[in-house]
Amino acid sequence: MTAPDAAGLRRLTRELLAAHPPATTGRTDFLKARFDAGLAWVHYPAGLGGLDAPRSLQPVVDAELAAADAPDNDPRRIGIGLGMAAPTVLAYGTDEQKRRFLRPLWVGEEVWCQLFSEPGAGSDLAALGTRAVRDGEDWVVDGQKVWTSSAHVARWAILIARTDPDVPKHRGISYFVCDMTDPGVEVRPLRQITGEAEFNEVFLTGVRIPDSHRLGPVGEGWKVAQTTLMNERVSIGGARIPREGGMIGPVARTWRERPELRTRDLHQRLLTLWVEAEVARLTGARLRQQLVAGQPGPEGSGMKLAFARLNQEISGLEVELLGDEGLLYSDWTMRRPELVDFTGRDAGYRYLRSKGNSIEGGTSEVLLNIVAERVLGLPVEPRNDKDVAWKDLSR
Amino acid sequence: MTARTEESQPPDLLYSQAEEDLRAAVRSLLDDRCDVPEVIARTESDAPYDPQLWKALATGIGAAGLLVPEKLGGQGAGHREAAVVIEELGRSVVPAPYLTSSVVATETLLALGTQDGPAAELLTELATGRKVAVLAVPFSAAGPDTVAVTAALDGTLGPVADAVAADVLLVPTTDGLYAVEAGTAGVVVEPLIALDLTRPLATVTLTGASGTRLADAGTARAAVRRGLLAGAGLLASEQLGLAEWCLTETVRYTRERHQFNRPVGSFQSLKHRMAHLWLEVVSARAAARNAADALATGSPETPLAVAVAQAYCSRVAVHAAEECVQLHGGIGMTWEHPAHLYLKRAKADSIAYGSAGRHRETVAELMELPAP
Ligand SMILES: Cc1cc2nc3c(=O)[nH]c(=O)nc-3n(C[C@H](O)[C@H](O)[C@H](O)COP(=O)(O)OP(=O)(O)OC[C@H]3O[C@@H](n4cnc5c(N)ncnc54)[C@H](O)[C@@H]3O)c2cc1C
Repeated sequence: MTAPDAAGLRRLTRELLAAHPPATTGRTDFLKARFDAGLAWVHYPAGLGGLDAPRSLQPVVDAELAAADAPDNDPRRIGIGLGMAAPTVLAYGTDEQKRRFLRPLWVGEEVWCQLFSEPGAGSDLAALGTRAVRDGEDWVVDGQKVWTSSAHVARWAILIARTDPDVPKHRGISYFVCDMTDPGVEVRPLRQITGEAEFNEVFLTGVRIPDSHRLGPVGEGWKVAQTTLMNERVSIGGARIPREGGMIGPVARTWRERPELRTRDLHQRLLTLWVEAEVARLTGARLRQQLVAGQPGPEGSGMKLAFARLNQEISGLEVELLGDEGLLYSDWTMRRPELVDFTGRDAGYRYLRSKGNSIEGGTSEVLLNIVAERVLGLPVEPRNDKDVAWKDLSR
Repeated sequence: MTARTEESQPPDLLYSQAEEDLRAAVRSLLDDRCDVPEVIARTESDAPYDPQLWKALATGIGAAGLLVPEKLGGQGAGHREAAVVIEELGRSVVPAPYLTSSVVATETLLALGTQDGPAAELLTELATGRKVAVLAVPFSAAGPDTVAVTAALDGTLGPVADAVAADVLLVPTTDGLYAVEAGTAGVVVEPLIALDLTRPLATVTLTGASGTRLADAGTARAAVRRGLLAGAGLLASEQLGLAEWCLTETVRYTRERHQFNRPVGSFQSLKHRMAHLWLEVVSARAAARNAADALATGSPETPLAVAVAQAYCSRVAVHAAEECVQLHGGIGMTWEHPAHLYLKRAKADSIAYGSAGRHRETVAELMELPAP
């Protein structure tokens, strides 16, 4: 079967809509039918939610579905699964793993989380110490993960653990899919700066993971993790937003509606940030056009940097603009939200939450290193951990 | 895989193959004909422009007529192509009256909308590179409010960019737009000592000069507005080209320069600064392309696109040039090294056709974000 072109995809989308009219079909049923029709992510293989079509043709399907008001999956709820787990499973999974995991992931029936960071290994992720020891057909995992977003609602986790402490750190890691409902997995809320607990500590004690839930060869987990991390950056840079679609939106509205709050200094800063937000939006649009034209640029790694800084500056300005109101906060009750909510709630929340934008998914400092070394070709940092067995590294 | 509604007229922010071919042609011409010592030597002579280079660029490549329709002797291309030429001219800080003559003066004349007569004839001469014309307004002018000359073609204007190279001055007066031949009675063009050595400035003094009236006052005003809008919009591409050169050269130099037994480019504080600059250049490219595309398609968004591009790209070019000087250390402060040419051009450009602050005011107006 040859992959469909734009016209073919349009026809298939219309057939899907005719067979499962959104008005009368349940949300999950519609999403399942869409997956089975290969219209979930058209560049995935046939039978796995796609049709082997060029990735650039996805907007053709999306536009048809949006026009028909069809239900969509919630990329925020399933963000880690969609943006990170799925491409990794696709690249390294066995046929059985792909069949088992991709459909419920895409439909949103199963939420995923990412068990990467540890108290002693964040930016230096490859230094991680969680152990996985082979025992018959299983691996037995012991260790502690931290800052794990959505662990309290997740069904599955992508997990990296050390399977060989006697080789240098990058070489002794393996990559697993961990069942979050297994005995030995304990999720404790970790309250954060905003007062709520969006992320967690995860304690792994004698967790048995079948070898069939390993992704990629033993000891090559770091390579597999690179696929995950690269996709994390692409999925962050790829979001499409309308003008004033991000954090600049609420502050611009407040400015228009409440002239009594305006000052000259805030006006200058608002305009500067408005322009920068608009330019960031255009840069994202250009990045997507490059992807569609089959010339992906390295801009993706830059977009996260830009948005982190902008979100922080804009939300900071917003709190100031609100004056007396900016002194208040809506609610410090500890909640465990299902969704990560960057722009919701009030200005104080946005200000505090945006502080995480330059830490989560790789800190801005680490991303700057990556841009400098991989995009600009500047010399790499001198290293003293390359040829040392993990167990001999200082901690 | 969210559903997304399409924008009504999404701007094309990429470069077409034809644009890349044009870029390659301009770049190879500049590589051959415009090296740095030559540019520096020219800035110190009485002839800042190389007439051979201008001829090759304007007629050889046909760059001068990109905006002019074929029936008037131009290429019938558009602002996207002109922007690519300007990017390259910026990348090499070329002294050439391209932005002033082939864009601003040309666009002003085009906006008069006449198919024949003196304006059309002049357009043909500009398009074929036989003549150079400049709009006689201060280089900092962002709009037509700066018309300073009386109906009788009396008064002093300046600083006017590239006036020394102009065969024809387009003079907006209270009575309309006039084409005044340089070198005729009552016209004195007096060179000024400019911050930017590669784009000469002059005062233009008219004392009872005579010229050809091309348009009435109302038409002239709209045409000047349009000319300056195109100038500001495409200046963003010059700023992009400048910034890109500064970044590339700084990366190259800091990789090679060793101190403390390491390439200085391996120090993280420098790497981060260059990575920031890279992000600014990438962003400036999106903004500049957006402005060029809006001008080319006649989008109703053009004034916003131009204001955003100018408000953003001015700062990026200046920042890139300042970083270039700093990260080159002592060499960056020398007359022989080209960094200063870029710094001077970038700083002057940040004032040209309206400062970033002026353009932010336009954003405030268009987006209804009023001052207190
Ligand atoms: C809201 C939020 C959600 C998160 N969700 C998840 C999740 O779901 N799953 C998961 O696995 N992890 C998650 N994380 C963890 C996140 O990936 C790490 O916090 C991050 O990678 C930084 O690691 P660290 O916290 O150990 O900081 P450290 O690595 O200890 O860094 C401390 C400081 O040193 C700087 N630094 C470190 N190395 C360098 C270097 N080489 N050069 C320059 N500066 C350096 C850092 O930038 C930082 O400023 C989340 C974090 C946050 C804030």
